[in-house]
Parts: sequence; structure tokens; C-alpha cells
Amino acid sequence: MTALEIATAVRSGKRSARSVVDEYLGAIAEGDDDIHAFNMVTAAEARTRADEIDGAVAAGQDPGPLAGVPVALKDNLCTRGVATTCSSRILEGWEPPYDAHVVEQLHNAGAVVVGKTNMDEFAMGSSTENSAFGPTRNPCDLSRVPGGSSGGSAAAVAAGFAPVALGSDTGGSIRQPAALCGVVGVKPTYGRVSRYGLVAFASSLDQIGPIATTVADAATVLDVIGFTDPRDQTNRLPDPKQVSDTLSDGVNGLRVGVLTELSGNGIAPDVAARLQVAVGALESAGADVAKVSVPSAIYGLSAYYVIAPAEASSNLARFDGVRYGLRVDGSSTSDMNTATRSVGFGDEVKRRIMIGTYALSAGYYDAYYGKAQKVRTLIINDFNRVWYGDKFDLLLSPTSPTTAFSLGARTADPMSMYMSDVCTVPVNLTGQAAMSVPYGVGDDGLPVGVQVMAPVQGEPVMFRAAKVLEDSL
Amino acid sequence: MGQQRITRAECVHVAALARLELTDEELDRFTGQLDELLDHVAEVEALDLEALAPTMHPLLFPNPLRPDTPGEVLNRDEVLDQAPYVEDGQFRVPPVLGEAP
Repeated sequence: MTALEIATAVRSGKRSARSVVDEYLGAIAEGDDDIHAFNMVTAAEARTRADEIDGAVAAGQDPGPLAGVPVALKDNLCTRGVATTCSSRILEGWEPPYDAHVVEQLHNAGAVVVGKTNMDEFAMGSSTENSAFGPTRNPCDLSRVPGGSSGGSAAAVAAGFAPVALGSDTGGSIRQPAALCGVVGVKPTYGRVSRYGLVAFASSLDQIGPIATTVADAATVLDVIGFTDPRDQTNRLPDPKQVSDTLSDGVNGLRVGVLTELSGNGIAPDVAARLQVAVGALESAGADVAKVSVPSAIYGLSAYYVIAPAEASSNLARFDGVRYGLRVDGSSTSDMNTATRSVGFGDEVKRRIMIGTYALSAGYYDAYYGKAQKVRTLIINDFNRVWYGDKFDLLLSPTSPTTAFSLGARTADPMSMYMSDVCTVPVNLTGQAAMSVPYGVGDDGLPVGVQVMAPVQGEPVMFRAAKVLEDSL
Repeated sequence: MGQQRITRAECVHVAALARLELTDEELDRFTGQLDELLDHVAEVEALDLEALAPTMHPLLFPNPLRPDTPGEVLNRDEVLDQAPYVEDGQFRVPPVLGEAP
């Protein structure tokens, strides 16, 4: 069942939230030993919450648009009294004293949290292999990675452990695992969803978004979590539009560009072929599709892999053994800080902190961080020319250059892993919205995702195109 | 690959700045991996960026001020409950005096 079908059944009293939740908890108990989508399953809390919702329905109240819908949360979203690990040893034992804004919103809409999902440690990675708790496997093929860093959330939805999940996307961490697992994944416009209670990775890039099996479910979740929250200073877009209302308005007359720099070189032929089928589907539905060039888009990776580690090195300074999680003793405070961080952080996190610290250090700031920030301006200007000069409504590319790769294939070579993000990082740098729509399979029978990109606050039109693509399959 | 962009000695310095103690194996590996990344990043040297202002943030809003009224805050005891060592309602740490900065 889709999330919308569940909510409709629960709100009308046709089905109890408890029976829905029991069914999904059963699926997790049966299947998650093989997949390891979850770091923790909150079965008892979920059953209690489901009973509350059933009580509300029995009393004639409406629990909300996600009544009784099981939701999986990426383990970097704070849950009050429930361990939040970021898949890192350094947060061992930490139970946040508050809920993230998005968790409150889901709760208020009647959703039921069923667990916290595995991820690359602190969201740094593209395969969910950088987890202190072991990798997640792709439900479509257990020898393959689910993508990352929200690989646990994407795998949970793909495996039928929850109809919807939340992830976070700093450089593609919602869209790429969604593509590799064959589900819908949305990175909303920067500032659309409050990050209050999201453990920060790179604050000028991070955004929370939904993962779902259908475009309509993703729209419903975005409409629920995208409420203004004064606790995140960036969460103040003027007049954010709901996306569900216009979902079925089609693409007739829209101008859609195929982003040449992200659709040719380096893209696997079977992935590129699926993109061409998607182009045909949008044309058949009345869109005007043309090739379009954003020359600086190819420099996105170079800017991203300086800016994101730089911000991360600063954000992760707070993990010092004083206020939460792990402490490894030392004879002085700085020895204790160093010992704690050296034991608590995994390989990729250390590597990114090293890159970021170097890029921000005296003598190198202008050469790396300063320059990357200017490249970011260049990319924003190039995209703005396409949106506001050439009047394109949407852009298309593959979400990932390849289908899901094998576990272990890229772990020894960080650069090859970073290349997984080539199609997704530009939009984080610009702040625009983008989503991945599952669009058939490649030569290996594994899912291919098509990325639909929209200008800032272009979610309604983006979702209309995603719906057309979904319906064309 | 061109000239070496970061040396092992620089990595030792950076690790100290980042409060990380790396093993010899980690230092050797990270030096090579950072060098490879920096070499890739150097592709932007071909771009003319002179006239461009840096972007620190994708959406520039004027800095907002909230009304200066007390709101809800986290419960002190609940927050301290999560710390590894606490004494008299405060975070406890090893000695800090006499340390190098």
C-alpha cells in the first residue's frame, strides 16, 4: 500500500493504525537481517503511537494526512529519548533531549516512526559502507550497495519496511540512494525544510527531504514537513507552495532542458538510454524539450569537495567528548578531545575533516576555500542564465552515472566514490530543488533514476514532471 | 598527476589542528588521498574567477531578528544527563590550565 492509501484507510476507520504498523514491523523483523536498513527499530514506541492514533479515530478525531503511516528516519535526525547515532561511534549512547522539527511535523500529521536508518557516518559517503555499524545492502541485489548517504532510508522504502522515509541531502544523499534502490527521492529547495534537530554536516548545503515509492507520497510528506520553523534561520522562503494540489497538472507547454554536461561523458550508456526514454515521455505529454548547456556544472565536484569538508570540519568540532556521546580519557582536555575524536570518528570522516581543515588553514584558504566559493558563484550564475534568461522551467539529467555498484568496489579509492555524486552536487551548491524519479532498469536489471531539477522554489512544477514520468512507465 | 600538493609533514600539522591523532598508516594513506583530491580540485585554476564574488550561502536573506522574548529552552538536567562526565550541574573535563593553546 502507498502512504496515501494507508492514511485514507486509517482516517476512515477501514483499517487500524495498529494493524498497519504490526504488518510493517513484521516485514522488518523478517527481512532486515539481510539488508540492515535500520540501526534501531522502535517497535514498542511505534505500537503505542499506533494505538493512540486508533484511539483518536475512534473518538471521531482526524489524526492527519499521514494517519497511521509508518515512517523510517535517517539516524541523523534527532528523536527525543531515542538513540541518534549518525552511524558513528562518537555519538554512542546519546539520546537527544528533543525531537527534530520534521519529527514533530510527522507526529502531528499522524505518522508513526518505526526506526532509525543506517547511513554513511555523519552523511559522508555515497554507498552507506562508511557506517560504524556495517553496510546496508541494496534490496534489489544484496551484493550491491544501496547508495548513500541515506542508503538505509532508501533501502527501507525499497524493501517495503516503510512506505516513506526521511533522508538528508548535502551532495546527493537522498537522490542517489533513491535512484540506486528504485524509489523516489526529493531534495527540496535550500531553506524549504527546517533543519532544527538535523545533525549538521555542511550547513550551506544540507537539506532534509522525503523518500517514497510514489511521487504522490513524496509530495504529501514534503507538504507535511515543509512548514516554517523559526528555529532554523534559513527556513524562511517567501510563500512556499504546497506540491500535492498541482501534482496532476501535467507538463504541457513547459520548457525542459537536458543538461548536456551531466548527461554525456562519464554516464553509462544504459543509464543515458533511460534518460532518452524519459525525454520522449515528457515530449509526448506536451513538454518542449531541448539540449541545454551549463558549462560550469562539471566543476561542481571540485567546489563541493572543498566546501562541504570545510564546513564539516567546523561543524564536527563540537564532537569533543565534553557534552555528548563517547569520551576517551586524557591527562588534559586537549588530549581528551584528541583521543575521543581519534577513536570515535571513522576513516571517511577523518579524511573529510583533514581536507576541510587544510582548505581553511592559514596560507591555503584563498587557494582552495576562497576559490571554491567563487566557483559556486559561477555555477549559480550559469544556472540562473538557463532559468531566467533562456526561460527553462526544468532540467533533466541522470541521478547517478551508473546503477548500483558492488559492495567494496569503491571503498579503497575515495576519488572514485566522490565521482558518484557528479550529477547531484551542482544543485546543492545552487540551492535549487531536485528529485530522482525511478525510471526503469539498466542492462544489469538494476534501477535507473532520472533527476528532475527546478529553480529555487520550483517544487510544484518539478513534482508535475515527476508525476508524468511515473505515469508513463 | 602534477607536483605534490600536500606533504606528509603538512598532514601531521593539519591533524593536530583538527584534534586528530593519526597512525603512521593513516598519515601515509591520507597524504596520498588528499593529494589526489587537491590535484582534481586544481582543475578550477583554469577558470577566470577574478570578477566573481564568493558565495557563502545559496540564498542570501537579510539577517533576521526574532522578538526578544524568552521562549522554551531545553531542560538542563536532561541535557547534562547525556554528557559523559558531570559535576555540580556542569560538564566536567580534565585540567585545562597550563596547556599549550
